[in-house]
Amino acid sequence: MKVFLMYRDRDFDPKHKLPSNEQALTQDLELSTLFNAMALGDEFLFQVAKKAVLSGSNNDLDTIQYRQNILKDCLKNAAVVREIYRIPIESIANKQKHWMGIFSTYPASILTSSIQMLEMFVDLLKKLKRIADEHAEQFESEGFRRFFAMVKQELDDDYFVIVENHLRELRFQGGVLLSAELGKGNEGAHYVLRKPNHQDPNWMKRVLAKKSPVYSFTIHPRDDHGAGALGELRDRGINLVANAVAQSADHIDSFLNTLRTELAFYLGCLNLSEQLDQLGEPIAFPLPVASHERKHSITGLYDVCLALTMKQKVVGNDVNADGKDLVIITGANQGGKSTFLRSIGLAQLMMQCGMFVAAQTFSANVGKGLFTHYKREEDATMKSGKLDEELDRMSVIVDALTSDCIALFNESFAATNEREGSEIARQIVSALLEKRIKVFFVTHQYELAHGFQDKKMENSIFLRAERQTDGGRTFKLIEEEPLQTSFGVDLYQRIFGGNGA
Amino acid sequence: MTFHSILFERTEDSVKKETPEAPVFFADLNLDQIIDAVTARRQEYNLKPFFYTPLRDVDTIQYRHEVMQDLESSTLLSHIQSFAEKMIVMRRYLALVDKLDFNYHKKGWFLEAAEVYCEAINGLAHDLSLADLKSRGFLAFRAYVTDYANSHSFKSLTAETQKCKAELSTVQYCVIIKDSTVRVRKYEAETDYSVEVEKTFEKFKQGAVKDYRVQLYEGSGMNHVEAQILDFVARLYPGAFALLDLFCARHSGFVDETIRAFDREIQFYVAYLEYIANIKRKGLAFCYPQVGESREVFVSDGFDLALAGKLLYTSTPVICNDFALRDPERIIVVTGPNQGGKTTFARTFGQLHYLASIGCPVPGREARLFLYDQIFAHFEREENIKNLRGKLQDDLVRIHEILVHATPNSILIMNEIFSSTTLQDAFFLSRKIITRVMELDLLCVWVTFIDEMASLSEKTVSMVSTVVPENPAERTFKIVRKPADGLAYALSIAEKHRLTYEHIKERIKP
Repeated sequence: MKVFLMYRDRDFDPKHKLPSNEQALTQDLELSTLFNAMALGDEFLFQVAKKAVLSGSNNDLDTIQYRQNILKDCLKNAAVVREIYRIPIESIANKQKHWMGIFSTYPASILTSSIQMLEMFVDLLKKLKRIADEHAEQFESEGFRRFFAMVKQELDDDYFVIVENHLRELRFQGGVLLSAELGKGNEGAHYVLRKPNHQDPNWMKRVLAKKSPVYSFTIHPRDDHGAGALGELRDRGINLVANAVAQSADHIDSFLNTLRTELAFYLGCLNLSEQLDQLGEPIAFPLPVASHERKHSITGLYDVCLALTMKQKVVGNDVNADGKDLVIITGANQGGKSTFLRSIGLAQLMMQCGMFVAAQTFSANVGKGLFTHYKREEDATMKSGKLDEELDRMSVIVDALTSDCIALFNESFAATNEREGSEIARQIVSALLEKRIKVFFVTHQYELAHGFQDKKMENSIFLRAERQTDGGRTFKLIEEEPLQTSFGVDLYQRIFGGNGA
Repeated sequence: MTFHSILFERTEDSVKKETPEAPVFFADLNLDQIIDAVTARRQEYNLKPFFYTPLRDVDTIQYRHEVMQDLESSTLLSHIQSFAEKMIVMRRYLALVDKLDFNYHKKGWFLEAAEVYCEAINGLAHDLSLADLKSRGFLAFRAYVTDYANSHSFKSLTAETQKCKAELSTVQYCVIIKDSTVRVRKYEAETDYSVEVEKTFEKFKQGAVKDYRVQLYEGSGMNHVEAQILDFVARLYPGAFALLDLFCARHSGFVDETIRAFDREIQFYVAYLEYIANIKRKGLAFCYPQVGESREVFVSDGFDLALAGKLLYTSTPVICNDFALRDPERIIVVTGPNQGGKTTFARTFGQLHYLASIGCPVPGREARLFLYDQIFAHFEREENIKNLRGKLQDDLVRIHEILVHATPNSILIMNEIFSSTTLQDAFFLSRKIITRVMELDLLCVWVTFIDEMASLSEKTVSMVSTVVPENPAERTFKIVRKPADGLAYALSIAEKHRLTYEHIKERIKP
């Protein structure tokens, strides 16, 4: 019995190691905002969303498609999906309420608590079976169809009868029957729990009627030591079966946990889509292409985190960067450069984990990894120290980079004078391009942008934060050559008022 | 040749085989550390009395060298070890029998002990028959153990043990526990219920889960409930248990005394070889020294075995040193900077001679060592005695005692004596004492700060601890044969700071 709602052929592992730059991504792309919107205050949903989104770079196109289809089913059948999700939640609640769990170190009590757990699980599995019977037909995705078919096949009525019989027999109303041999020193060994040959409730009588003599003795009621010894012997016999039952309970528990974990991802997506729907923001299922291709074909791409924070519709951008390895974004301060870069990063992560993206249409190549290198405002101590720190981070990124990764730079290497900074950046970017890394670079350093402009490479594109003639900003980017000046003057005027001069 | 002992070819009553207490010089030479480490993992054999007993005759030393050399074959060593392991198990079982309460439980363990013993003997006899043995000790022992293994009494022990085991292994019974009542009967081919339950739940398998099998106490023990069950089992299978009764009656005390002694004594060799094997892995050499009456002793690449043991699991290298005396040289006078390895050198000299005298290989690539009658060591005592006069007196009393008992065949190790008296006293006393030592003509290592001691006569040899020439603060721990010259050390420091006579002359311009 496998859930397989995240991968066609394996479980989603929430303990899987996240990429080493997880913290930088979270900080630079403000991922907490996204996760919080998906979680709606539920810590578990938050964690699953985080793991799923950040581990997406390992997914192949097929997995992305597989999840997209399941997610489409979820959007159509939100109520049923939420009902299934309540089953593992109920299991957790039951365990907490009744202090259930297998904590003992004695086979007898391991067996008792396992039976108790299994009885509880059987009820929940029956519930799952009922949902499958009622709603399976409404689902179209391969993932859900397989899941429901499995539930129906494995959990048929006959099976529940067998299980319930075992749970009854394991209480050993007729006594525990063990076989044994003589081990070293004539000590009893190889204790094996046996099933009585006759299911007749009077089997013991029949046994007595057989030829083999039967000897018996009874422990004196006040013989505590003897009672203990007898218990130990019984434990020896039921050790294996207690283990089998306890492990079965664990397996079902872990099945339900996996169900909870994998559905949690889709629950998060449902939560997010409902909030974006309220804001009137569109969502689109992206079309991913292979990592060796170069594609970024976008309309209405907006920063989902900005929309969630502002609680209103935000400006979207259209870009066609198909066939481009280098995207350089220049232009006015607060002109939407960083927002755009973040929306690129967010969309990439969301696409690769199988989610919808915040855009009208979106198609892009997947990346084997996503890396962000942002100017950090903190520790603005000495200039050399800051550049040092930046290069240090860059060096860590370089250790992790492979071809067909995507790197986002935001005002990097500007901690020194423009000429030096541009030269450092130029050398880094040129090397990355040669190694087939796709680069998005936001910069106000004219030297850098202009330098690449002059090269007239076919695989580069220049975007500029658009500026209207009255100095107001539209937060929209256009494809345009870099300008020598930035727009600090504007900002100054707006903030301080009056003539910038 | 009849076999007596693997440690001694003959066992005359006059020869002392074991000594309960360590010799007095053990602590000064750090031999206590060595022997403690060698015997540490073999406490149950009580091997120290062998290591505390130096030999007086070259032939016994040779006898041990031969045995040790045979054992350096890893095949033979592993055979001996597997024999030893079985004997350990056998002893543990027999000890158990004494402690147990229930009849068939005791007899069950007695049978186990006999079985392990038979395996040990048959295995050893077989292994030795194939081994390429050269030593007198092992050749004699092989003859002994072969005879024993083929003896009628041992053969019947083996056969009856096997028969008894085979009968008992056919016993299969069932125990039915309901409330406080236990029923015992023969097994009737009932199916395994755990397997059936496991199969039912197999479909839920989700990868690895916790193992809930409880590690139930598997010790040898039996409570009265199990004893009662065993009694019933004996009634269900009377034939097998009657056989066991008969076996125990016929074979009490089945262990052969010579075998028992061999099992302990061979560990003297095994323990030492195992210990030095670790040291060898550090790239240090051991050799079988020539031992005899020649006072022209030497070693190449000798080292302090106690120190090597301590440095075993560090990256610190162990420094090797040579010494060689040619007639009429008798006394090695060691001088030079402190912390330069002088004491270690003196200990090495003592250790080599002691280890040679118990018939063991010694640290070094090649060695000739003297078969002494006694070793005396006088090391400066650490204790803080307030009254210097008291201390000096104490020292002199001890030295006097040594010189009274020492003979020309003794070895003397003197380490930094008189270092806390005045130079004049020290020089005077040292001269007096070394003259006595020279008169005795015994072998001596004398560590001192008094350079003049090194060139007193043709009997003394000067050896000096050395420093790295470029950095006099760094020691090489090499002790080399050269004239004592305390100034050499001071000069090299001056050199480094360009403050020698020449330097200063040069630096001070007119």
